[in-house]
Amino acid sequence: MSSRDSILAAVARNQPEHIPLPEIPAFFSGETDVLEKFTSVAVSIGSKVFRVKDLEEVKQVLLKEYSGARRIVSAFPELADIGEVYIAPATDPHTLANVDLAVLPAQLGVAENGALWVTDVQLPMRVLPFICQYLALVVPQKNIVPLMQQAYDVIGAQEYGFGTFIAGPSKTADIEQSLVLGAHGARTLSVFLLE
Amino acid sequence: MKETKDHAALAEAFNADEPRVNWHDETLWFIRQKRDKAAHTVADWELLRETASQIKHNVLSNLHDYLLQFEANAKANGIIVHWAADAAEHNRIVHEILQKHGVKQMVKSKSMLTEECHLNDYLSEHGVEVIDSDLGERIVQLAKEPPSHIVLPCIHKKKEEIGDLFHEHLGTPAGMADPQVLTEAARQHLRETFLTRRAALTGVNFAIAETGEFVICTNEGNADMGAHLADVHIACMGIEKIIPERKHLGVFLRLLARSATGQPITTYSSHFKKPREGHELHLVLVDNGRSIQLGREDFRNSLKCIRCGACMNTCPVYRRSGGHSYHAAISGPIGAILAPNLDMKKNADLPFASTLCGSCSNVCPVKIDIHDQLYKWRQVIVKEGYADTKKTLGMKAMTQAFASPTTFQLAGKAGRWFMRHVPFAVSNKMNPWYKQREMPAPPKESFGEWYLKNRKKKNE
Repeated sequence: MSSRDSILAAVARNQPEHIPLPEIPAFFSGETDVLEKFTSVAVSIGSKVFRVKDLEEVKQVLLKEYSGARRIVSAFPELADIGEVYIAPATDPHTLANVDLAVLPAQLGVAENGALWVTDVQLPMRVLPFICQYLALVVPQKNIVPLMQQAYDVIGAQEYGFGTFIAGPSKTADIEQSLVLGAHGARTLSVFLLE
Repeated sequence: MKETKDHAALAEAFNADEPRVNWHDETLWFIRQKRDKAAHTVADWELLRETASQIKHNVLSNLHDYLLQFEANAKANGIIVHWAADAAEHNRIVHEILQKHGVKQMVKSKSMLTEECHLNDYLSEHGVEVIDSDLGERIVQLAKEPPSHIVLPCIHKKKEEIGDLFHEHLGTPAGMADPQVLTEAARQHLRETFLTRRAALTGVNFAIAETGEFVICTNEGNADMGAHLADVHIACMGIEKIIPERKHLGVFLRLLARSATGQPITTYSSHFKKPREGHELHLVLVDNGRSIQLGREDFRNSLKCIRCGACMNTCPVYRRSGGHSYHAAISGPIGAILAPNLDMKKNADLPFASTLCGSCSNVCPVKIDIHDQLYKWRQVIVKEGYADTKKTLGMKAMTQAFASPTTFQLAGKAGRWFMRHVPFAVSNKMNPWYKQREMPAPPKESFGEWYLKNRKKKNE
């Protein structure tokens, strides 16, 4: 018998009698102003949050905040004058190692934890939001939901090869519980809440 | 003879340096407090825990079908699925994948399963170099130690010691112990690693039966850096990591980081559904005793664990004895109920490394009855004959004393006489009760004697 079959047989033999799957209750969200909540939580986990009218405003903030950035990659044609807006699908991801700033759209944000949902529909390369030194995510204000439950309601049966929630800059507290931002991923995260 | 020292002996060694024990204790309690603050921001935290617990009960009762469903969906997504009955088979599978690709160097993000299977040792014996990419794991790897905590692998290390390690291995200036500087040095060193390794191994936090995808949570981004740059991604998971549907992540991701570190969520919660175009994604499903534990009615709930480490941070014994004193890949209260299933003889001491205060069960995000299981394991271990000989002899002597009134009275008298007239007979190092305790003042008489004198006469 293969390991697969023997494991499955042992599990079938040993698992308890069927216990039904519970309904997920409607959890309490409470917050009346989700943008306010999102902003305060996102800031508390190290993100910078900007409320902006349009992509032009995003551009102005980025030029000011990341004036030293040499290689900028974005997924917005509107930002073509400040960086690359196209990465060929066959590109070797290692060539993104020198990206200073990546500017990407996020589908939705979650107020309770400051996380933003991005899938490979938005990502020219999976590694991009991790390998860049600095990351900016742009999300429509109307796409901020209170809790993770609502986030997964929106995500539903969405098709993707890879998707990720990003909440703040990469961080670690492995050395004596001292929080250090910029472990292996982006050193900062700027979130743009688009009107 | 025991191969390794038991928890009590290892804890005693850890306790030799009292200021350090206090520091360790306070550091972990600080994390427990952060967990409390985070939990209190969620209005219906208890409902969330209850829901998570019920989902996990359903998973355990339907694991066979969920595993089949997960396998079918993962395969349809293009993931190559392997099954490993035990640690040896797991290690062999990983090595074969690496051999097939001619890989001699691999980068690995945190996976307690590979610690359980001792994968690093196995691969190193077979000429494959593994570099751990989680900062804490890299630190203990450089120190040639196992992790002492499942979430905070080097929580037992002082920054000065880490500075010395980095000076020796990564060339940081001697005496440099600033966490900011040390983390930056690790970032540079590991970035080079990520960029040059063709194979990456990761753990798995959750695997979803409905979609065949799996989720990895990190704060550092190391799992993603490894996986998205390598040609081959190998993900290893215990069979109990399955959850039924994608929407259930909405429950577990709300609980995991809040319980672990007090964060509202980890920085990255990455969902891997399909391999990158033209690359291989392998997934190894590992049993290694889990199906046996599933059959132990009293202990199967331990398989609900989502590896947050909250039970360790709150445990008064863990905080004051350190993770290494548990001599198992997973330490603390949860480790003490998992380890006896893997090797009852070797881990017979672990369920006794607890005060049974119940704090672990109270903080557990999936409501595992940890302290009840610790208590039940003690009974199983004694019945199976694996209990500490000293304890067994003591218990036998007590049983005899309690069974006969004459012996009982005699023993009491003798005890009181010795304590009064030759206190050094009990107040010495031979008596384990005397360790760090004063013996109580011996009473003049027993209750029995007092009763005879005062009440029985009057009643007559």
